[in-house]
Amino acid sequence: MSLRFRPATKGLIALAVTAALVSACDRERRDFGTSAPEAGPTIQTTQLTPGPGGQVPPDPRGEIYEKSAYHVSQGQELFHWYNCSGCHANGGGGMGPALIDDEWRYGSSIEQIYGTIAEGRPNGMPSFRGKATDEQIWELAAYVRSLGGFTPQASSSRNEGMRNTPPRNQVTPPKPSGEGGASVQGTVP
Amino acid sequence: MAELERRRHWWWIVAAIAVVALAIFFIVQKTHYSPPTATSTTPAAYSPGQPIADDGQWAMPGHDYASTRFSRLNEINVSNVANLRPEFTFDTGINKGQEAPPLVVGGTMFVTTPYPNKVFALDLTKPGAPMKWSFEPKPQPASQGVACCDVVNRGAVYWDGKIIFATLDGAVIGLDANSGAQVWRTQLGDINRGETITMAPLVVKGKVLVGDSGGEMGVRGWIQALDAASGKVVWKAYNTGPDKDVLIGPDFHPFYKSDQGADLGVKSWPPDAWKTGGGTVWGWISYDPDLNLIYYGTGNPGPWNADQRPGDNKWTSGIFARDPDTGQAKWFYQTSPHDVHDYDGINEIVLLDLPVGGKVRKVLVRPERNGYIYILDRATGQVLSADPYAYVNSSQGVDLKTGELKVNPDKLTQVGKTVRQICPSANGAKDWNPSAWSPRTRLLYVPHVNMCMDWQSAEVSYIAGTPYVGANVVMYGGPGGNRGVVTAWDPVNRRAAWEIKEDLPVWSPALATAGDLVFYGTMDGWLKAVDARNGQLLWQFKTGSGIIGQPVAYKGPDGREYIAVMSGVGGWAGAVVSGNLDPRDPTAALGFANATQDLKKKTNPGGTLYVFALPPRH
Repeated sequence: MSLRFRPATKGLIALAVTAALVSACDRERRDFGTSAPEAGPTIQTTQLTPGPGGQVPPDPRGEIYEKSAYHVSQGQELFHWYNCSGCHANGGGGMGPALIDDEWRYGSSIEQIYGTIAEGRPNGMPSFRGKATDEQIWELAAYVRSLGGFTPQASSSRNEGMRNTPPRNQVTPPKPSGEGGASVQGTVP
Repeated sequence: MAELERRRHWWWIVAAIAVVALAIFFIVQKTHYSPPTATSTTPAAYSPGQPIADDGQWAMPGHDYASTRFSRLNEINVSNVANLRPEFTFDTGINKGQEAPPLVVGGTMFVTTPYPNKVFALDLTKPGAPMKWSFEPKPQPASQGVACCDVVNRGAVYWDGKIIFATLDGAVIGLDANSGAQVWRTQLGDINRGETITMAPLVVKGKVLVGDSGGEMGVRGWIQALDAASGKVVWKAYNTGPDKDVLIGPDFHPFYKSDQGADLGVKSWPPDAWKTGGGTVWGWISYDPDLNLIYYGTGNPGPWNADQRPGDNKWTSGIFARDPDTGQAKWFYQTSPHDVHDYDGINEIVLLDLPVGGKVRKVLVRPERNGYIYILDRATGQVLSADPYAYVNSSQGVDLKTGELKVNPDKLTQVGKTVRQICPSANGAKDWNPSAWSPRTRLLYVPHVNMCMDWQSAEVSYIAGTPYVGANVVMYGGPGGNRGVVTAWDPVNRRAAWEIKEDLPVWSPALATAGDLVFYGTMDGWLKAVDARNGQLLWQFKTGSGIIGQPVAYKGPDGREYIAVMSGVGGWAGAVVSGNLDPRDPTAALGFANATQDLKKKTNPGGTLYVFALPPRH
């Protein structure tokens, strides 16, 4: 005898399975559509801070963006929409420097990357202030961090391009010297 | 039973509504952005000048107006080149791609560098060639961010006591060749629209001819003529847009029907796309004084994603003949209509008189990016022949009746499609680095590449001053695996006489001399001299960095023959080294990084002049 359910039971099972699937998708709490931050972070592009005082503390918003898979994937989309990929390719660089390596001219923290995107840099990086919203700049910065292998836990494993870089959640995080303030190696024009 | 069916339907409807609601929820999260664009024009004035022709000198990058790169000096020749040795070196201190030739006029050598575009004058009359003067134009540093493929400069030109050159940020400068003092400076490009200048200007009848770079930035290509004495703009011709902007008037008589008609520079584009359509002028100009015509190639259409610009995209990827006095177009021929592979038609145009079908004709020879060596009647623009000089599968020849390139439908690039094994790759069977012609061997020495690519088009929005490309490209070595080739092409018999295979792409131009030698450099730093008749390697010297510079020959104030070249890897092919790119991303440097991923292990950035001579006779 085959096992049979009444239609109503079938419906309940379908509902339960859907609920289970939907809840499985929610691998983190996603904060959709919250208001954009009022102002950018305090940015320090060097580790040299003469006299007492020391480093600027990290901006609490940075962590929210870079640990959110949603924001990182939004950043990935924006990376193409704003033609960032035209210069930096899929992270290997071209007209602009590589972003998947461990050389960070103006610093690799999310605040510093935010600053680079918002303000631009003198040797060719355009300023996107007023072109992209604050939230978009945070998302771009979060994605750039993931390209650098700093936040693999929040990244999606799949790229939508042709054969590209290794999946970002498999990128080896850079050496500790690359983290934090401006770590300059090689020539800076 | 009927009730059961109804209930099933009800569950399906609930599921469908849930899916649609979720989809809407996610779509609403996205935002869109598209900022505006701008353009401008400039007016005119005029004054004449004097040409120079002395074989001991090297006063313009192509050596002469026919762009032969042939020196009649023969002190260094097949029998003694083995004794060639370095005489002196000079470090510019600038470690970016060195594509410029050293110029030599009246006992002084002039060296131009990539960004920051310094110029050095070296006194050849004194031992070790001490510096006579140097000039720093101080271009805007931000210009480095809108230069597509390294921050190169392809050289200066000497004219009437002046050294004339362009800066990366779009200025053209005239210097007093004796003192290095700036005589005039004219700003032509706007980096906020992505316009840079990398080409070497050419001076014809007292007019400085120069064009813009930025075909990957959605610029609108142009060529301008400046008065060589004052720097004032005499005329400006765009390569897209209405006929009045392109300087197309009653004198314009293109040979083929596809180039005939009013305002094709507008009609062969979707509305307004010609305003961001490329067609830049960053390569070489040749001049025929008898016909009083200049010849130059126009760059690729923008963006690379061809789906965004249906049509022939006039007047990109083709050859213009113009009157140098007025700029008026005489004829045009499109080598790659509606280019779908970035076959950026700026390569050199060598003017020769050759027998074609039993009759000597005034022709131009163009080793084209799309893989064919074209021979055109340079008075009319008629294609006399077009033969492949490399492996080509992106097209199936050129129809000599219509002039049309027969594009292979299997290799058409489109959004939503990844097309693999397209040959040649985006840099073409040959890129910017010019060939040399020897009237003694009657062979054209073509330094080029053997490369193919995979291509995936993607939609791209135009944001002024940012790249306008819309393609993921990955390049690699072509059939046989050798990425570089030097081909000695016999244009009369339309076949290769001999060929040298090089492992790395050959990115240096060639030099031919009456000593029956051909010089070229390799990207790992060798300067090589081969026998012009058979390609046999006779001499080589390993310089400090990869060579992509233009070798020249000159007679020093001591009467000896010298060979000079810049060593310093870079350019599109060498950007992986000069820009310290990460080749783990194969799409880096617009896909070139994949083809030269071993280069970082073979050479470092550099910027040094090397000068060679035979040991002095006692």
